[in-house]
Amino acid sequence: MTDTTVERHAFSDALAVAGGGLVALVGAMIAIKTTDMAMAFHGVVLALAGILAALYIVTHAFGAKGLQLTDANGYTDGPIRVAVVAAVFWGIAGFLVGDIIAWQLAFPALNLDLPWTTFGRLRPLHTSAVIFAFGGNVLIATSFYVVQRTSQASLLGRYMPYFVVWGFNVFIAIAGTGYLLGITQGKEYAEPEWYADLWLTIVWVVYLLVFLGTVMKRKEPHIYVANWFYLAFIVTVAMLHLVNNATIPVSIFEPKSYIVFAGVQDAMTQWWYGHNAVGFFLTAGFLGIMYYFVPKRVERPVYSYRLSIIHFWTLIFLYIWAGPHHLHYTALPDWAQTLGMTFSIMLWMPSWGGMINGLMTLSGAWDKLRTDPVVRLLAVSVAFYGMSTFEGPLMSIKAVNSLSHYTDWTIGHVHSGALGWVAMVSFGAIYCLVPWLWQRKALYSLKLVEWHFWISTLGILLYITAMWVSGILQGLMWRAYDKLGFLTYSFVETVEAMHPFYIIRAIGGGLFVLGSLIMAYNVWRTIRGDEPVDAKDQPRVAAAPELRPQAAE
Amino acid sequence: MTHEPFEKNSIILLIGILIMVSIGGLVQIAPLFWIDSTIEKVSGMRPYSPLEQAGRNIYVREGCYLCHSQMIRTLRDEVERYGHYSLAAESMYDHPFQWGSKRTGPDLARVGGKYSDAWQREHLINPRAVVPESIMPSYPWLATTKLDYSKIVENMQTLNMVGVPYTQDMLAKAKVDLEAQANPDSAGVKDLLARYPKAKVGVFDGNAQEITELDAVIAYLQMLGTLVDFAKFDASGPNLR
Repeated sequence: MTDTTVERHAFSDALAVAGGGLVALVGAMIAIKTTDMAMAFHGVVLALAGILAALYIVTHAFGAKGLQLTDANGYTDGPIRVAVVAAVFWGIAGFLVGDIIAWQLAFPALNLDLPWTTFGRLRPLHTSAVIFAFGGNVLIATSFYVVQRTSQASLLGRYMPYFVVWGFNVFIAIAGTGYLLGITQGKEYAEPEWYADLWLTIVWVVYLLVFLGTVMKRKEPHIYVANWFYLAFIVTVAMLHLVNNATIPVSIFEPKSYIVFAGVQDAMTQWWYGHNAVGFFLTAGFLGIMYYFVPKRVERPVYSYRLSIIHFWTLIFLYIWAGPHHLHYTALPDWAQTLGMTFSIMLWMPSWGGMINGLMTLSGAWDKLRTDPVVRLLAVSVAFYGMSTFEGPLMSIKAVNSLSHYTDWTIGHVHSGALGWVAMVSFGAIYCLVPWLWQRKALYSLKLVEWHFWISTLGILLYITAMWVSGILQGLMWRAYDKLGFLTYSFVETVEAMHPFYIIRAIGGGLFVLGSLIMAYNVWRTIRGDEPVDAKDQPRVAAAPELRPQAAE
Repeated sequence: MTHEPFEKNSIILLIGILIMVSIGGLVQIAPLFWIDSTIEKVSGMRPYSPLEQAGRNIYVREGCYLCHSQMIRTLRDEVERYGHYSLAAESMYDHPFQWGSKRTGPDLARVGGKYSDAWQREHLINPRAVVPESIMPSYPWLATTKLDYSKIVENMQTLNMVGVPYTQDMLAKAKVDLEAQANPDSAGVKDLLARYPKAKVGVFDGNAQEITELDAVIAYLQMLGTLVDFAKFDASGPNLR
C-alpha cells in the first residue's frame, strides 16, 4: 500500500467512526426525549447500531494491519456476503409470518387475542419482510455483485457499501418491530413511520451514490443492460418513496405523523407508489438479476440486444402509468381509471418481450433445464413472470376488475408474481452467488436444490389455484341475485365459503417455507466449506470464478 | 438513432430514466389537486371530532384497512349491499385515506348507524359472539386500555397543517369535546354537536367510568358514511362528477 492509500484509509476510518458516533447520539437523544415506549426502543436500536459500528472500526481499523475491506480478487464482496445471509434469514422469517397469517384466516383463534399477534399487525410484517427485507437484500447483494463484475471495478467508497447493507437492515428491524408495536402510517407497502422513512432515505441516497459511482469508474466502455435496470430501480424507488411518504410528524419525538395528501389524492399517490413498488422494486430490479444470472449460469449471451433496449425503455415508461387500475369504479375520475387500464394492457408487450429475452437466452442450452436445477429455478421464474404479467393486464380491464377487485384473486395474482417470479429468481441467484462469494468449488448439494425447486413449485401451485377459485367464487357470490332480484348471499356466507381454500393456501405456503429451510441448510453447509456431496453433477459455473476448471473445448 | 449515449454515459442514462418515469405520475396525480370532481365540496362534510379522530388513529394502528375497504364502487350489487357509492368528498379529511384493497370483511364506508353500540362492543371484543362464522380477530384489549388523548390537540394541529380546517375554537376545546362525546350527560354535548354536527354521543364501551380505546373506535365506526344526506344529494346537480 502506498502512503496516500494508508492516509486515505485512516481518514475514512475516522470519518466512519464519527458517523457511527453521530448515529448513536441521534438514537440516544430519541430514546431519552420521546414519551412513546416504542419510539424509545427504536432510539435504542439506532444507538446500538451506531455504537457497534464505531466500536468495530475502532478495534479493528487502527491496529498495525488496518482493516482489509476488499477481497483478494480486488472486489468489495464483504457487504454482499452480509446481504446474502440477511436475505436468506429474512426470506424464511417473511414466508413464515405469511404462512402464520394464512392459517389465521382459516382459524381466527390463532390471532391469540393479543395486540402484537393479530392479522392487522402481522400482515404488514409479512409484506415488508418479503418485499423489502428479503427482496431488498437480494437486490442490494446482486446489484453490488453485478455492477462490479460488469464494470471491472470495485464498489465506490470504503465504508459506504457496508453502510448501505447494514443501514438497510437496521431500517427493516425498526420498521418490522414498529408494526408489531402498532406504529404504522396505514398505507399499504409504505407502512413505516416518518423516522424510519428518513433513515431509509439516507441509506438509499448512499446506495445510489455507490452504484452510480461504481458505474462511473468502470473499465468497460458500455454500461451492461442489467445495470440499466438496477439504476432505474434505485432512482425510481427513491422518487416514489419521497413523494408517497410526505408526512408531517406530530412532533419530532412522536412516532405518529399525518400524510400531507387526503382522500382521492392520497389514494392516487399511494397506488402510483404501490404499483410501481411492484414495477420497479419487484420487476425492474429483478430483471437486472435475470439479465446477469441467466446468461452467466447457462453460459450463453443474452438472446437479443435490441429487444433488451426496447424492453427497458418501454417497461419503465409504461409501468408508472398503471397505478389507477387499483382504483377502478372508485371516486377517482374515470379518465384516470381508463388511462391506468390502457397502460396496464400495453404493459403486456414489454413484459413478454422481457420474458422472451430471458427464456430464449437458453437457446442451445435447453438441456441444462434437465441437468441443473438452478437453471430450472431461473427459467421457471421467468415463466411465472410471463404468466403473472399476462394475468395483471387481464385483471386491469375494468369489467374483469369489477369481479376480481377486493377478492383473493388479487392475492393469488400477487403471489404468482412474488413466489413464482421474485422468490424463484432470487433463489436461483442465491444458489449461484454463495459458492462464488465464499470461494467454494460447488454448492454443498445440487440434489437439495432439486428438492427445494419441486417443493416450492408445488406450494406455489396450491397457493395460486386456491386463490383463483376462492377469489372468483367470492366475487361471483357478492354479485349473485335471486330470481326476485335480491342479493342471494349475505357477506358472511361468502366468508364461510372461503374456508377450504384458505386451508389449501396455507398448506401451499407451508411447503414454500419448507423449501426455504432446505435452501438455508444448503447455503449454510456451503458457507461452512463442507465437501460437496455431488460436485461431479454440478456445472463448471457452479464454482467460484477463481476455482473453475477451464472449459474442455 | 443510436442507443450509444445511454450506454456510455451514466448521467445521460440517469436523466433518460428520470424523464421516462416522471411523465405518468405527473399526468395522473397533479390534476387531482385542482379539477372539480376531486375537490368538490359536498354539504354535510366536516372534520372528524376529537374522539372520532382518536378512534380513526386506532383503526389505522390495528391495520383494519387490510381487511376492510371504505370505498363503495359504482356497481349495482355494491350499492345495494352497502349504500350509495362513495364520493371523493367523503374522504377529503382522511389523512391517510383508508379505501383499502381487500374485503376479507365487508366494506365499512357506511357502517355508521347500521349496528347498535352494544353490537359493535360485543363484536369488537369477540366477533364470533355475534357472528359465529366471522374470521375477524378479537380485540379485547380495546375495552381495557384507557384512551391516551394527552396529545389530541397536537394531533389536530398537525392535521390542520395538512389541510383539515380545525378552527381555533375546535383546537381550544378539543379535550372537552372528546370527553363530552363519551358522556351523554355532560354539559358539553350541545357545544360538541354545534362544532361537529351529527356526531354520535354515547357511552360506547358501556363503561361510564373511563374513556377507553373501544369508545374511540366505536365513535369512529358509528359516524362512517353518515355525514352526507343522500336524500338531498343530487348527483346530477352542482356535484356532477
